[in-house]
Amino acid sequence: MSNASKIHSPSNIRLRRSDLPFFLVMGGISSSFILLIILLLAADLMFTSFAEFKAVLLKPEIQAAFRLTILSCSIAAILSIWVATPLGYLLSRYQFHGRMLLDTIVDIPIVLPPLVLGLSLLILFHLPIGGWELEAWLRDSVGFPVTYRWPAVVLAQFSVACAFAVRTMRVTFDQIDPRAEEVARTLGCTRGQAFIQIALPQAWRGMIAATTIAWARALGEFGPILVFAGATRMRTEVLSTTVFLELSIGQLNAAVAVSLLMVALAVVVLLLLRALGTGLTS
Amino acid sequence: MIELANVSIRAGDFQLSDVSFSIETGRYAVLMGRTGRGKTTVLEAICGLRKVTNGQILVHDTDVTDWSPADREIGYVPQDLALFPTLSVLQHLQFALRLRDQSKTDIQNRTDELAEVLGIQHLLERSIVGLSGGERQRVALGRALSFRPSVLLLDEPLSALDESTREEMQDLLREIKQTANVTILHVTHSTEEADALADCRIELDNGKFRML
Repeated sequence: MSNASKIHSPSNIRLRRSDLPFFLVMGGISSSFILLIILLLAADLMFTSFAEFKAVLLKPEIQAAFRLTILSCSIAAILSIWVATPLGYLLSRYQFHGRMLLDTIVDIPIVLPPLVLGLSLLILFHLPIGGWELEAWLRDSVGFPVTYRWPAVVLAQFSVACAFAVRTMRVTFDQIDPRAEEVARTLGCTRGQAFIQIALPQAWRGMIAATTIAWARALGEFGPILVFAGATRMRTEVLSTTVFLELSIGQLNAAVAVSLLMVALAVVVLLLLRALGTGLTS
Repeated sequence: MIELANVSIRAGDFQLSDVSFSIETGRYAVLMGRTGRGKTTVLEAICGLRKVTNGQILVHDTDVTDWSPADREIGYVPQDLALFPTLSVLQHLQFALRLRDQSKTDIQNRTDELAEVLGIQHLLERSIVGLSGGERQRVALGRALSFRPSVLLLDEPLSALDESTREEMQDLLREIKQTANVTILHVTHSTEEADALADCRIELDNGKFRML
C-alpha cells in the first residue's frame, strides 16, 4: 500500500508546465535573423525612391547588365545541374579509391576566397605551356575568346555554383534508397537505365533545388567575375559588378537601386523554381 | 536449376565460405536459418547484386558467376520489396517487359494475366504509395514474375504480413509453383512456411548449408 501512495494520478497533482518558454526562446532567437533581413531590405527601400529606381532601370548599361545577368546565371545554373547530377550520383552510390579526395576537390570552390578563384581562372587561361596557351588557342583556333568576355562571366559563376549544385545532388541521391535501382538491374536494366528510369525520376525535387541554389550563387558571384571577366560596361557587366561600379563612382543611389533589383530578381526566380518543383512532384 | 559450387562471399566484415547446394528445375526450395546468418547475401549473390570472391554460380548449367544482374534473367523479390516510388502498379508489371522491347499487345496480355493471378486488377492505375503490405508484396511478386524468369528468389516474402494475408500469399505462391514452371528459392526463418510450401529444404547453420 505504501507504494500505491507514491503514484501520482492526474487528478491529485496537476503538473502545470507550460510550453510558452520553449516558443519564446526558439521564436526569439529565430526572429532575430528574420528581423535582420527585413530591416536590411527596409533600409534599402527607404534610402531610394521609386523615381530613382525607375531612372536607374532605364539606363541602357543597367539594362545590358540585367540581360547578361539573367542569361549568364541561367547558363551557369543549367551547366551546373548537368555536371552535378552525374557527379553527385557517382559520389553517392560508389565506393572507390580517391573518393574522399574527389569529395574534397569538389568543395574547394566553396571554401576558396572568391578573388583567388578568379585569379586561378585567369592564370589557367594564360599560363604558357611549352609555347601553348589555352586562351590563345581558344581565341585563334576555336574562335571563342573567353577572358574579359561574357564566357568568362559564365565560367566564373559556374565554378562556384556547380560546387553547391554537386553538394545538393549528392545529398539528394544519398536520401534515395539504392535498393530500387538494384532491383531494376535484376529486371534487366543496365546501370545507365537504372539511373535514368529509377533514380532520376525520384531526384526531381533535388534537381530543382540544385538549380535554384546554383542560380542564386551565380547571381551573387562577384569576385571571380571582376578578376576573370572584368567589369566592362555593356560587355561583361553583371548586376553584382554594377553595384560595385556605381559605388566606386559615388553613385550610392544607383547602387542601392540595382541592389533592390537583384533582390526582386532573386525572389522571383526562387519562387518560380519552387513553384515548378512543387508542380512536378505533386 | 540453381547450383552453387564452393561459393565464397564477403560482405563487409561478414564472410560466407564454401557454399554449395543445388536445386532441381521446377522445385520449390526453402532456405532456412536464423536472422543475420547470410541468407539474404546468398540470394543477392545468385541474382548478381553481390560479387562472389570464389566459386561458381550456375543457372541451368550456365556459369553466370560474373554476369551482370540484368543478363541473368532471375526474378528477385527482396525483403524490403524496393518498389519504384515514381511508378504506378501497372508500370511495375510492365517495367521488365518494356526493357525487353516487347510489343504493346504482348505487354498488355502479360500484365492482364499477372494482374488476374495476383488479384490486383483494381490497383493497376494506383501509385504504390498507400498500398497495404499484402498489396505491395503482390506488386513486387508480379514485377519479378513479369518477364517469365526460370528462377525466382524470394526473401522473407511473408514475414511482414498479418495472419490472413500470409495465408492468402501462401496460396498464391503455391499456385505460382504449380503453374509458372519456375525454380523457386524462398528464404525464411519460419518452419510453418517451409511446411506449407517446400519441396526441399536447405538449412544454414554456422555458415554451413545442409540439404534436408
